[in-house]
Amino acid sequence: MKSLGTTFLRREAGIVVMIVLFCLVVGAVKPQFLTLNSLRIIFLLVPLIMIGAMGQMLVIVARHVDLSIGSILGLTAMASGMMFRFHPEIWWQLGFALSIGSGALLGLFNGLLITLFRLPAIIVTLGTLNLYRGITFIMSDAKQIDRQYVPTALKEMSQDSPIFGIPWIIFMSFGIATLTYWFSMHTRIGREVFALGSNPTAAPLRGINVSKVTLTVFTISGALSGLAGIMYASRWGFVNPSNTGNGFEFQVIAAVVIGGVSINGGLGTALGTVLGVLLLGCVAAALPLLGIPGTTQNAIYGAVILVALLIDRLVRKQGQRQNVARAAA
Amino acid sequence: MLKRNLLKSLIGVVSVVALTTVAFAADPVKIVYIGKNTGNPYFDSITGGFKDACKSLGCDFEFVAPATAEATSQIPFIEAQVQRGVKVIGIAPNSPDALNQVFDAARAKGILVLTVNGDITKNESHRDATILPTNFDIVGHDQVEMVGSLIGYEGEIAILSATTEAPDQNKWIVGMKETLAKDPKYAKMKLVATVYGDDQPEKSTTEMEALLSNFPNLKGVIAPTTVGIAAAAQVVQGRKIADKVHVTGLGLPSEMRPFIKDGTVKAFQLWSPYNEGWLAVHFAKGVLDGKVKNEVGGKFDVPNLGTITINPGNSINTQSALTTFDAKNIDEYKF
Repeated sequence: MKSLGTTFLRREAGIVVMIVLFCLVVGAVKPQFLTLNSLRIIFLLVPLIMIGAMGQMLVIVARHVDLSIGSILGLTAMASGMMFRFHPEIWWQLGFALSIGSGALLGLFNGLLITLFRLPAIIVTLGTLNLYRGITFIMSDAKQIDRQYVPTALKEMSQDSPIFGIPWIIFMSFGIATLTYWFSMHTRIGREVFALGSNPTAAPLRGINVSKVTLTVFTISGALSGLAGIMYASRWGFVNPSNTGNGFEFQVIAAVVIGGVSINGGLGTALGTVLGVLLLGCVAAALPLLGIPGTTQNAIYGAVILVALLIDRLVRKQGQRQNVARAAA
Repeated sequence: MLKRNLLKSLIGVVSVVALTTVAFAADPVKIVYIGKNTGNPYFDSITGGFKDACKSLGCDFEFVAPATAEATSQIPFIEAQVQRGVKVIGIAPNSPDALNQVFDAARAKGILVLTVNGDITKNESHRDATILPTNFDIVGHDQVEMVGSLIGYEGEIAILSATTEAPDQNKWIVGMKETLAKDPKYAKMKLVATVYGDDQPEKSTTEMEALLSNFPNLKGVIAPTTVGIAAAAQVVQGRKIADKVHVTGLGLPSEMRPFIKDGTVKAFQLWSPYNEGWLAVHFAKGVLDGKVKNEVGGKFDVPNLGTITINPGNSINTQSALTTFDAKNIDEYKF
């Protein structure tokens, strides 16, 4: 058990080293990268991805995947956006309840399709990725919710707070990460997610209700995507039926996998995922600062993801070998 | 036609009788506008012009658009509209050359093909005419003048564009660079960077933040794209530096209104997308009715817009220069 603990830590330490090295290299070229202001830029860039990544981490640990999160983000943001537009008299905080609630329902629907019909999650969520995006178009009549309709108080959550002026959405994203840590490590159902992911055949034999666990992880993923949806409206001040949440799933899955969550299920931590999100945030903020031309940024961003995965894989192999050696000794 | 109507009345289906009576009165001309992609607020305004003009001239209008603005995504939409029997296809082309064949096929069936709000540069022979909001050759110059007037014609400026391959954007950027290099009026203005936000708010924001970090003396930013200018304005608003860095460019009044109201942005420019649709329908109906000749130098009257001239390349502009929006006039515009 002790060696297992050290492998976990080793993986997370590996990402920390990558982040520090990356920041130092960028900082050597552009000293302004190592300032509080950069930190603010990065932390304002990642909250949505971090919240989406917490749900995705649980889904992937359970040996599934949720490709529909970007469309859930878009649909739930649009639902609140339309409420703001057509019923401006309603208490704006209800947008949170509406987005999170509808997100949970959409996630539950994913989970039901998967458990009832025994369909692979990758296919089901590929379908609902298009279905939910389509519904967003239908319900909004393909019309954007403009800045003037989004409540100012909601937009201010992304700009300020009484606590050192650190925007609320940053606290919220780290709060969700902490909750996810607690859920995954200290609740019965949280541990069952790991048990299911590490051995789906053995899990039911050990008395784990597989359907319940599956429904739970997809509902959580949907609800968190809904939270990311209302936060999108806060952060960017508008909701667009086609852009909002488009490609979100790729950013999130990349961050989760860089964060050391095994795509084969059963392995992953909230801390690692947070670090994976931060590494991607650093890269996204650094590329334009380094003056890398727009034409090459995509390629570099993709290459950085692959390099991070390779380093992680090497570190892990090294760790396993040492563990085996220690066990043999 | 009459024979068929008689036959159908004989069958005695009431609804069919009603339908044919309408068909008898006047077969309304079917006009379609195919946008770049759905959910783009810019096209709502163009579509509004199409709709109103069709209402006043008595034609049947439909707007369709693919989900994504890919080069080939409009092809099935064009084919479906040809099948439906439209007389006029207005389109904002997603590619300068991928649509040539399908345009040719439509025109072979007698359909009038108009590119509206964007042209198929170097492939002009595959469409009948193009309707552009303004003369795109002078947009670059006008934007430099705009930012110059805001910063007192002195200091560092940067451009925040959309994607690296967007043809209109690149044309305007070339125009900006030429203006800065040649016109002595702008000799004290220095273009320090051109960056691309890919028309995504996230990317546009990080690019704008990087501009501010890399060029602490930056005085002006031109963002000739609606997503970019809003993102740049949001960064300036968040950092509370509107007195130091002037953001301008091309934006939609509906998206920029809050930034104008709180003083984050002093002024920006655009044309009236609404008038493009309005003009397109009047032109198309005139050509179909034989009242307007689609030839260079030809003139025709459009209500509210006055006399319009067909320029070389069968290119028609709705206005001669960009409209500037500021705190004084922004509330007059409803798009």
